[in-house]
Amino acid sequence: MTAKKASPAPLLEIVGLNKNFGGLRAVKDLNLTINKGELAGLIGPNGAGKTTAFNLITGIYVATSGSIHFDSTDLVGLPPFDITHLGIARTFQNIRLFPNLTVLDNVRIAYHAHAGYSLGDAILRTPRFFQKEKELTEQAQEFLGVFNLQDRQGEIAKNLPYGEQRRLEIARALAADPKLLLLDEPAAGMNSKEIVSLMELIHFIRDKFNLTILLIEHQMRVVMGVCERITVMDFGEVIARGTPEEIQADPKVVEAYLGRGAAALAKKLSGKRSHVD
Amino acid sequence: MNLIKSERSTVGFMVVAVLFIALIQVLLSLDILNNFWNTLLRFGAVMAIVSLGLNLIYGFNGQFSLGQWGFYAIGAYAAADITYRWTQMQSASGLVVLFLVVSLVGLSFWGVTKLLYLLRGIDPLSGFTLYLAGVIIAGLIAVKLGQFLIEPVTALFSAIPAAFAMQIIFFLAVLLGGMVAAEVSYIFGWPVLTLGSDYFGIATLGFTIIVKVLLDNSDTLLGFTEMKGARGMIGIPNLTSWLWVSIFLLITLIITRNLLHSSNGRAIISVREDEIASKAMGIDVAQQKILTFVLGSFFAGIAGALYAHINGFLHPNTFNFIKSFDPMIIIVFGGLGSVTGTVFAAFAWALVLEGFLRLWLPQGFETWRFVVYPVLLLIMMLLRPKGLFGGFEVPFLKQLLPPLRRPVKSNGEKVPSTSEVKQ
Repeated sequence: MTAKKASPAPLLEIVGLNKNFGGLRAVKDLNLTINKGELAGLIGPNGAGKTTAFNLITGIYVATSGSIHFDSTDLVGLPPFDITHLGIARTFQNIRLFPNLTVLDNVRIAYHAHAGYSLGDAILRTPRFFQKEKELTEQAQEFLGVFNLQDRQGEIAKNLPYGEQRRLEIARALAADPKLLLLDEPAAGMNSKEIVSLMELIHFIRDKFNLTILLIEHQMRVVMGVCERITVMDFGEVIARGTPEEIQADPKVVEAYLGRGAAALAKKLSGKRSHVD
Repeated sequence: MNLIKSERSTVGFMVVAVLFIALIQVLLSLDILNNFWNTLLRFGAVMAIVSLGLNLIYGFNGQFSLGQWGFYAIGAYAAADITYRWTQMQSASGLVVLFLVVSLVGLSFWGVTKLLYLLRGIDPLSGFTLYLAGVIIAGLIAVKLGQFLIEPVTALFSAIPAAFAMQIIFFLAVLLGGMVAAEVSYIFGWPVLTLGSDYFGIATLGFTIIVKVLLDNSDTLLGFTEMKGARGMIGIPNLTSWLWVSIFLLITLIITRNLLHSSNGRAIISVREDEIASKAMGIDVAQQKILTFVLGSFFAGIAGALYAHINGFLHPNTFNFIKSFDPMIIIVFGGLGSVTGTVFAAFAWALVLEGFLRLWLPQGFETWRFVVYPVLLLIMMLLRPKGLFGGFEVPFLKQLLPPLRRPVKSNGEKVPSTSEVKQ
């Protein structure tokens, strides 16, 4: 339940974050610290404010109050594209690819900010345009290679099978060269086999790209299997934080997920069991 | 290599295009295609340029705009005023003043943009006010400054052979017509482009209506007596030849192609595909929208300027908002997001509606073409809802896929894959 606060380099530090939608307080006094290289999880029942928290971090919503520090830059009030340039990339709960574009273009769009040529270069087709465009395309292809999608480069994104769309979305996010990757329910709608490979993929990219990852997930298997530290939210507030084991044992979490009655029952059952032991 | 291949298709296209333009020119000069067809062909090319602009805005950037016709009108009247003043009043005043206005306003835009960058996070409406203030100040300075320059510039152009000077002034007038439309669209786009797609459509429709009403009163309200308000502007020299329109169309095509096949073009298209994802990928959505809107309006202004010099007559009714659906019909007809389709549909629209139908329908039934034409549209939309060309492009306009590349270092590294899992 008690988070370790001794670690030296927090990459993302959220302090007292609030977001109100009219009278609804979607996020209440959220405090969250994520250290470099960490694989953190954010869980909670539906409507707990997890995705809102993501939208606040990435600048899609502007916080009502509080601060979000990323690498010692305050993100509150910055437009989303600036936040991406600082090094935060994300995926979405319901996949948001560019559906009518090719797989390759989906990834190449992520390079736009550092394409290295101007509009004038593009319209006049200067040698610089050709050279940079070639470099950029090769980089994108290499990326697709890492994700085993290189053969699919010409395919229209919406025609890919679900699992590959997820993979492409992660590839696209990584192509933006982030330090922090936010994954919003990456396992949503996946079958158990796909989930296993997704978990491998998350570990793989973390190690290969030196990333810090924060993910939202409902699938307890993924959360417990992947995350090193978990924060639980309910009704916009943090109700628990700790390692997966601590979270599993936390009565508040059980209550939030299963309701008070069930929580009491679970307590009784576990009490009985320990009595028998 | 891939790029060489794309350059080869460019060369091929240019050769074919130049041959085609030359062929039409020969047919026109030999009078095999008479004046009737000459006008229609030029009109078709003009429509192709407006529609290419609109296709950028709607087909590629996804912003449903009905303002294209307003910018077309602005370009037409701006350019017409320049050439009118030169031919009827022997004065380069239109050229000088408009040139100064365009450059100084451009300068003020640049300045205000820098200022807004420092004042990060300012809301669009306040930004708009700053831009407007900049435009008014720059405009006043330009008009004052122009008084001193009119005389010498007029003298300068009078020194060149008359026919040659006329062509130069016409060319500059067309460019300035486009620039004026582009600058108006920039300042108008600031507050309006924050609106969602449908609301944006209505706002731009409002713009077209405002322009039309202003042109109705151009002699009284705006003070341009030579535009003669609702009576229609006459006495504009007929300078738009087939060669001029085809050159401008070709340039428009090349700019469109080069833009779309670049990183900027991908950013523009990504805004249409998914605005939120586009933001999350680090794309400044507002900037891309403004860029497309301004470029599209620039093309509209160019087209308007060319149109003004086809008949030598302009009437505000030509720029009625009902007509603003014409380019919309053309781009949907040709296939949204298809450049080939747009050009084809623009010519087809002009030639079929005003040409073939007029000739084929029996004497006295010519107006029935407005019955045949909607029916054609209906059938067409039912049979080919994605437009005549759908996503098809001629090789010159097609984006080539780079050859496959295997990852260089795939040895031993385990790449988790979900591809073998089929649900």
